[in-house]
Amino acid sequence: MTSTAHRAVGQPIGRIEGPAKVSGEATYAAEYPVKDVVYAWVVQSPVARGTLKSVGTADGTLAVLWHGNAPAIEKVDDPELAVLQSDRIGYRGQAIALVVATTLEAARRAAQVISLEIDEEPHDALLTADHPGRYTPETVNPAFPPVSRKGDFDAAYAAAPVTVDVRYETPALHNNPMEPHATIALWEGDDLVLYDSNQHPPGVAATLGEVFGLPAERVHVIAEHVGGGFGSKGTARPNAVLAAMAAKVVGRPVKLALPRQAMFSMVGYRTPTLQRIRLGAERDGTLTAIGHEAVEQSSRIFEFAEQTTVVTRHMYAAANRYTGHELVRLDMPTPRWMRAPGEAPGMVGLECAMDELAEQLGLDPIELRIRNEPAAEPESGVPFSSRHYVACLREGAERFGWAGREHKPRLRREGNWLIGTGMAGATYPAMVQPSVARVRITPDGSAEVAIGASDIGTGARTILTQIAADELDLPVERVRVRLGDSTLPKASVAGGSSGSASWGWAVTGACRELRRSGKDEAVFDSTDLVKKQETDGKHAYGAHFAEVRVDADTGEVRVTRLFGMYAAGRILNPRTARSQFIGAMTMGMGMALHEEGVLDPATGDWVNHDLAEYHIPVHADIESVEAAWLDERDDDLNPMGSKGIGEIGIVGSPAAIVNAVWHATGIRVRDLPVRLDKLLTAGL
Amino acid sequence: MKTFEYTAVTDVRSAVGAFPEGAAFLAGGTNLVDLMKLGVATPDVLVDINKLPLHEIEELPGGGLRIGAGVRNSDLAAHPRVRSDFPVLSEALLNGASGQLRNMATTGGNLLQRTRCRYFTDMTKPCNKHEPGSGCPAREGDHRNLAILGASEHCVATHPSDMAVALAALDAVVLITGPDGDREVPVTELHRLPGDAPQLDSVLRHGELITAVEVPALAFARVSAYRKARDRASYAFAVGSVAAALDVEDGVVRDVRLAFGAVAAKPWRAYRAEEALRNGRATRESFLAAADAELTEAEPLRDNAYKVTLIRNLVASTLERLVTA
Repeated sequence: MTSTAHRAVGQPIGRIEGPAKVSGEATYAAEYPVKDVVYAWVVQSPVARGTLKSVGTADGTLAVLWHGNAPAIEKVDDPELAVLQSDRIGYRGQAIALVVATTLEAARRAAQVISLEIDEEPHDALLTADHPGRYTPETVNPAFPPVSRKGDFDAAYAAAPVTVDVRYETPALHNNPMEPHATIALWEGDDLVLYDSNQHPPGVAATLGEVFGLPAERVHVIAEHVGGGFGSKGTARPNAVLAAMAAKVVGRPVKLALPRQAMFSMVGYRTPTLQRIRLGAERDGTLTAIGHEAVEQSSRIFEFAEQTTVVTRHMYAAANRYTGHELVRLDMPTPRWMRAPGEAPGMVGLECAMDELAEQLGLDPIELRIRNEPAAEPESGVPFSSRHYVACLREGAERFGWAGREHKPRLRREGNWLIGTGMAGATYPAMVQPSVARVRITPDGSAEVAIGASDIGTGARTILTQIAADELDLPVERVRVRLGDSTLPKASVAGGSSGSASWGWAVTGACRELRRSGKDEAVFDSTDLVKKQETDGKHAYGAHFAEVRVDADTGEVRVTRLFGMYAAGRILNPRTARSQFIGAMTMGMGMALHEEGVLDPATGDWVNHDLAEYHIPVHADIESVEAAWLDERDDDLNPMGSKGIGEIGIVGSPAAIVNAVWHATGIRVRDLPVRLDKLLTAGL
Repeated sequence: MKTFEYTAVTDVRSAVGAFPEGAAFLAGGTNLVDLMKLGVATPDVLVDINKLPLHEIEELPGGGLRIGAGVRNSDLAAHPRVRSDFPVLSEALLNGASGQLRNMATTGGNLLQRTRCRYFTDMTKPCNKHEPGSGCPAREGDHRNLAILGASEHCVATHPSDMAVALAALDAVVLITGPDGDREVPVTELHRLPGDAPQLDSVLRHGELITAVEVPALAFARVSAYRKARDRASYAFAVGSVAAALDVEDGVVRDVRLAFGAVAAKPWRAYRAEEALRNGRATRESFLAAADAELTEAEPLRDNAYKVTLIRNLVASTLERLVTA
């Protein structure tokens, strides 16, 4: 390998597109000036289950599309993309018609008042732990076995001198990136151009091509700037298909930007989870049995099974283990990826249960974890490529000021505030996916890197610039990265915290190939190298610490301090990394204290479907959120030695806060979010 | 959005004189425009009243204030006399909404904002405020933040204003001009309890316009406070709030004003609690007992009984704070 002087990688370089974003010059999907564009508005089903018999007409519109008149499209793997093809209604909020008009206001109004003839049927929208429709799916996301067993869990648990058997619940959580899903679609002859907000331009191009019977190269997807996604833009969503279909019908470019309210049902959400955790331990805290089960939901239309308990397979040593998943198909929207699917809800259950075990043992919760540190992957036996969990626990405790903490709750009070601290572990797999990159030297000696990746606000564009600069021995100002376009070399999805590792590998390869060949252009495809990799035993780790105060009269919870200590390989850019860590920790705070899709079973709807009622943390909730990391070297990952950092901050941070609330109040709230009504009802 | 006509008026007489059927006044628009987008409000005509000369705060003889209906929430909260003489009002305003919204929202509009009941804001669901007789799904459905006092089988909505709770405690009076002349209504009687006509939020008649709110002098209101409990630190509607002014001498309550927010379709003036407090000891025990006297009438639903505890505790902690103020 070429030896490289890393002058750019590791530097806190600001986002390259930052000035364009804050000055409003960066163009997002719905903002492209397109001549003769018209506007579409989705008519969403007002019932959870039934048959659509007919849709009326509306004055002042260009088209009203529904299954009775919509063009036929090809079926693809994702049945949610078969829009306006069937009379069946699978959930409330499903797209059942589309109105197109020359103004946004006219389209919206027509969609509100258009007549719908629907045969409504009784529906089932409520997930319960004993739902008769429970079944074990064949795999959980993306392809894990749903059940794992090692040793004899039942016998070991029954024999354990100390046990914890608790149920934790997390509610439906909804993807609300700042930029809702949006598409402008236009047909140029038989070629389709989409300005679309997504996490994977080549994937969206391929899927839209399939839907409309076109080869992928006849579909051009542009996503230069994307205002977040959290996974909900990882694949083409119905908005892209609807916009393209409407553009074909009216013969003009069509803009379809989802309103915030539609984000709750149309783009994929995090399933509610009903978890049961059983821990068996010796009196010294040595775990002998770990059991973790989850009941979750999916829609009638598509099976998505969140891998909630898979994370428990990697965390702690114990000879006897059992993890499982059960699914219930309901008349509800299809759940999908939301930042750290699996790990985020799963670590609520596991890490809160560990805190309850520490309480029973009268043992420091950090010490309990250290005593159960595995030497290798607890289930597969594969060695870890690197694991510095204990180092994160110890260093994090030191920096947070954990020493001297009382084991018992409700001992600190300042005025009306009850004060407590809590902690929880964090982990996320270090994944990598095949990608292709191209690099060219331009006549002025600068470099142009091209890769069809999507920078969803993470800083990917900046990091790839840094990587290429070092590999080519150029200053970052002489490197230009082009991305966000499906016509560029094929990149993997911006998901699974794998972007930097995957695209960085391809970019590194292209730069090295360029230098080796002496030519002024090189292309590198990482597919073969990536496929040869061992995937087990590769994870980032971390520890979260929280200090909270709870108003003794009202039960209001405030997070005084939230701190994350991570070991996540080589940090490529400390500035954008910190932003990812604390952004995810903030989302973790929302999961612990604020976010909840409130289900009305009678209508099959989440009734709080806007940001006034679906609460996420606001600035005033953030008093101190800080992240730090260990300098971790791991040569078994990728040429940069990096692990993904986009999701680990939401894994464990909710549990740290929930555990801190217990430490402050003595109350275990086991159904998230932890809110004042639950604390008051519990007798605060 | 339904197509509407727009007209701007510059004097009060023409505003109320030519107010057609299906019209709505447009002030800050922070609530109305949202509801128009959602299809909940569908006016045929918007009568823009932002140019009316209603933007002044006048000092009345004896120490009261007359607040023009067009005074922005930010300006009212920052007014030196409000801050010194009626801190409860300033605090209530600053606990509401966000800086941007307070810069737009007006005194009259704040009083007339509509409930945040999640069924009311969704036209795909039944609601007796949308269509009388269509039913109230909130009673069996989501009502965690709905009324525990003064509700009816037809409606359990709450009024979302913070400012109105402070004004109710301060015995403020609403000045109204209408096609039939001028009248005055106490803030405590401006909003209606739902009864069997929940579609009527207030006692205002067609074409009537709030022109000002008068806050009468109240010397001990210098010792007053607004305490709002909510689900996050800022930018959230109250789940329970208390406005209080307290006059204590030698450990005995000489006089008190007390109102609750987020418990009813109107700002809830706690007259019974006030009665129980007067001439009693200024202790946490008596504050709790007074709150209980008011809350005996509470009829919580499945998921909002916590509000009884919350209001009780808020009364005690707010009054305790004022005792030591």
